[in-house]
Amino acid sequence: MLLLLRRVATLRGARGLAGAPARRLSGAARRHEKKGLGEESTLRPLYMDVQATTPLDPRVLDSMLPYLMHYYGNPHSRTHAYGWESESAMERARQQVASLIGADPREIIFTSGATESNNLAIKGVARFYKSRKKHIITTQTEHKCVLDSCRYLEAEGFRVTYLPVKRNGLIDLKELEDALQPDTSLVSIMTVNNEIGVKQPISDIGQICSSRKVFFHTDAAQAVGKIPMDVNDMKIDLMSISGHKIYGPKGVGAIYIRRRPRVRLEPLQSGGGQERGMRSGTVPTPLAVGLGAACEVSQQEMEYDYKRISVLADRLITKIMTEIPDVVMNGDPEHHYPGCINLSFAYVEGESLLMALKDVALSSGSACTSASLEPSYVLRAIGTDEDLAHSSIRFGIGRFTTEEEVDYTVQKCIQHVKRLREMRFEPPGQQNPPLTLATTSSQVTGSTYGTIIENTPWNPGGRVLIRYCLLPRQLLNYLALQRGYMLRSVRRHPPR
Amino acid sequence: MAASSRAQVLRLYRALLRESQGFTAYGYRTYAIRRIRDAFRENKHLKDSEEIQTLVNKARTNLEIIHRQVTIGQLYSTQKLVIESPENTEII
Repeated sequence: MLLLLRRVATLRGARGLAGAPARRLSGAARRHEKKGLGEESTLRPLYMDVQATTPLDPRVLDSMLPYLMHYYGNPHSRTHAYGWESESAMERARQQVASLIGADPREIIFTSGATESNNLAIKGVARFYKSRKKHIITTQTEHKCVLDSCRYLEAEGFRVTYLPVKRNGLIDLKELEDALQPDTSLVSIMTVNNEIGVKQPISDIGQICSSRKVFFHTDAAQAVGKIPMDVNDMKIDLMSISGHKIYGPKGVGAIYIRRRPRVRLEPLQSGGGQERGMRSGTVPTPLAVGLGAACEVSQQEMEYDYKRISVLADRLITKIMTEIPDVVMNGDPEHHYPGCINLSFAYVEGESLLMALKDVALSSGSACTSASLEPSYVLRAIGTDEDLAHSSIRFGIGRFTTEEEVDYTVQKCIQHVKRLREMRFEPPGQQNPPLTLATTSSQVTGSTYGTIIENTPWNPGGRVLIRYCLLPRQLLNYLALQRGYMLRSVRRHPPR
Repeated sequence: MAASSRAQVLRLYRALLRESQGFTAYGYRTYAIRRIRDAFRENKHLKDSEEIQTLVNKARTNLEIIHRQVTIGQLYSTQKLVIESPENTEII
């Protein structure tokens, strides 16, 4: 009976879930389709990691394809129709990006992504005004590219203030005002954080900066197209936009550079003077067209998407929090973009949970930092305890996320959290209790860092697996022996 | 105006939904069907014929876009998502 049901289901699968017949395809396509069904045993996981990247909207791909196939001219070729048509498409895309953020098209420069835009904004503005202004302000929760650019500038002789954030992830406006100095050239604060989804008070910050005549840059990669942004209302001087966060193509982004009052910056990339001399290099017409289309679609769909994502986010959070105890949501619940939910599950290791949730594509932090040993610096900046920082998962809800996907994710998450928590609490007398080495070593070395030594179920007999260790191996061995444990292995990379 | 009569609009609605069933990607398919349904439901009270005509033209453009993207998706189709498998129908 079960076999019959399954066969029927597969046949139905061939026609789409709703049962309508598939399009009539050519022979090659039909063969490809047949191969794509039922032959392989692996099904693709659900995608719940929209902060890392988003799928292309079909409307965006549709607008890009002619420029990938037929209209392949270089937009900077002035002498023939191929160049003219590419140029007009590029200018139309520029207008679409500008109208999303309330800017003038002349203020939009196409770049290779938000990372390049951030580099251009921070290094470019700092270097242009370096004769008189040597100070930059940013926050501790910025994207890695912003923090790295600031570190680079420090080596060049600039002074950088990294503002701390409150426990809810927002900056203190009073602290920002106090940090402003007469020689501050730039304040860089991201609109929506990519790890915890916190929305900074951009209008207030813009007000403060414009009154003190300091340029205000915001990394709006996660915010543009999702919440209403207006560069004039919010008094933003520079803004970074990323294509692949708003259902556009990867490899393209834009930077908004205010013209009135004019923001000058030193270009990073030298060359033929394209993009008003700020970013030389051929503008990739298909990608720029895709970015423009993505911005236009986002503008039309913003209200609908926001409403839907809020409903789905509430559903996810409510379901998880009512079913299992000891779950903390990182970040202010009010000043928050609903589509980015960062939850910490106490007594569960984040990676074990991610490995268990193999049917769902999730992440425990930013994609840029997932390869490193340390827990997320954003979570550390908001004051999360070390063990909670290790057990945090980021759920991303986007335009294409369905209620069924959310329900499935929630169900699997609850199931595995319960299972992992049960495994941790062994009956007394069998295992040694878990040991946190951080307190021990802070007495020894006087420094604090994130080190947890746990008794995991796969380490019977009291031996211990050490992870995320920043201590030298010898010292660790000594400390472990002191407490009656034997140092078995030191893993340097998170398990795959 | 006869150009965008009720029957025509309904025909367009049905054609859009039927076309959207052809998406092989779960996310695109569910999004298209949901968005079409919600958009037509939202605008069903409109009376101004000019407004209706603009929206009908927009719907026709979208129908062409969906048709093209459905075809491309079927040419480059890949495996289904876990949620589409019959074994996981306890959720759906």
